[in-house]
Amino acid sequence: MSFKGRDIIRIEDLKEDEIYKILDVAERMVPVARGEETSDLLYGKVLASMFFEPSTRTRLSFETAMHRLGGSVITISGQEGTSLKKGETLADTIRMAEGYSDVVVLRHPNEGAAALAAHFCSKPVINGGDGAGQHPTQTLLDLFTIRKELGEIRGKTVALVGDLRYGRTVHSLSLALARLGAKMIMVAPELIQMPSYILEEIEALGGKYEITESLERGVEEADVLYVTRIQRERFPDEEEYRKVAGSYRITKEGLEGCKEHMIIMHPLPRVDEISPEVDLTPHAKYFIQAFNGVPVRMAILSLVLGVIE
Amino acid sequence: MKELKITPIKDGTVIDHITAGSALKVLRILGITGEEGYTVSVAMNVLSKKEGLKDVVKIEGRELKREEINKISLIAPRATINIIRDYSVVNKYRVEIPDILEGIVRCENPNCISNQREPIQPLLKVVSRDPLKIRCIYCGRVQSQVAKNLL
Repeated sequence: MSFKGRDIIRIEDLKEDEIYKILDVAERMVPVARGEETSDLLYGKVLASMFFEPSTRTRLSFETAMHRLGGSVITISGQEGTSLKKGETLADTIRMAEGYSDVVVLRHPNEGAAALAAHFCSKPVINGGDGAGQHPTQTLLDLFTIRKELGEIRGKTVALVGDLRYGRTVHSLSLALARLGAKMIMVAPELIQMPSYILEEIEALGGKYEITESLERGVEEADVLYVTRIQRERFPDEEEYRKVAGSYRITKEGLEGCKEHMIIMHPLPRVDEISPEVDLTPHAKYFIQAFNGVPVRMAILSLVLGVIE
Repeated sequence: MKELKITPIKDGTVIDHITAGSALKVLRILGITGEEGYTVSVAMNVLSKKEGLKDVVKIEGRELKREEINKISLIAPRATINIIRDYSVVNKYRVEIPDILEGIVRCENPNCISNQREPIQPLLKVVSRDPLKIRCIYCGRVQSQVAKNLL
């Protein structure tokens, strides 16, 4: 298996052994990611970090990953001041970036943008999130976190909570979990439940899931409680939003009856969906999860640039 | 019931068993506007012995290629093609849904990059033929509403 020159666009493009290969390499990167060891693995390499939508964790962790491995970064952040704002097509912008760098990471408001970029760019393109589409490196760091905290992924029960309809993170993650043999509980009100086209894909991958509106059911059964933010603009009125958001809030009290080893994850940023008192429980893993973005992205960059086979 | 009155053609293509009411869409997909100079006969909602109503299109003086014809399979999956030379059928076949649809149908997702101002043709892959399901190569969305998204 070789990753050299490959694009990372959709999680489904990665086979099970390829996912585990990335997680294994990421494991080796942890001391460098923490700054305990130094590395010049990517010395002389340039990452074009192209973020046409706001991002904190994804952009910073990609750039940290590059710097920790001795590489350099050129950045576009936001549409202001870029040629995209002046009406340049993404196809043209990406061919410009191709000339300036060795690898491109792209976040863009339109679904399919990374696939289009990969079509026009001979250098590896990594999808940093495309609209409501996919966010494969987030999924890889989520899988890394689950494996690191629980030992394995296969056979675990993951309750996905919150905005399952529009949240790209849970779309990518659910497809990967289906492929890797984890069971899922989709916890959300009907209005923001998992879209049928994702459920069909989960089924096609042989994935098992149940659908419920009950957070208690998720808490009771889960090895992993994966919480996402419920966005106000998805609801017809303020009252409906408050009702739903309130009933899906994770509190210390609400965790009574959960499995002892259960971990709580969140792609962040959170607003009110996890009460701060939960941060102090041993279940809370979301800040560790955010850190894990660095070693995982170090692994991905090293593999697609061919410095690790 | 009267027989269908369209005169036989000497040379060209007859597309038979088109889903009733779809003949004009078929012509549009084939890029036939009437300005090419061929004689084109269109019969819509005519009685078929096999399947109730159907449409028929006859194009004189032009033999359509198989890959051109297959584009119409999305809206007329039961259509048959007759290639006519000197009033005789020299080749007859059914349409087949192609594996890849390039520039034929747009992705149903309005936020897909293929629906923005980019120098690409919509590109969708057929993932299931019955029922028809296609997947956008760009955004990955699987969709089944094909007819209304024809370009």
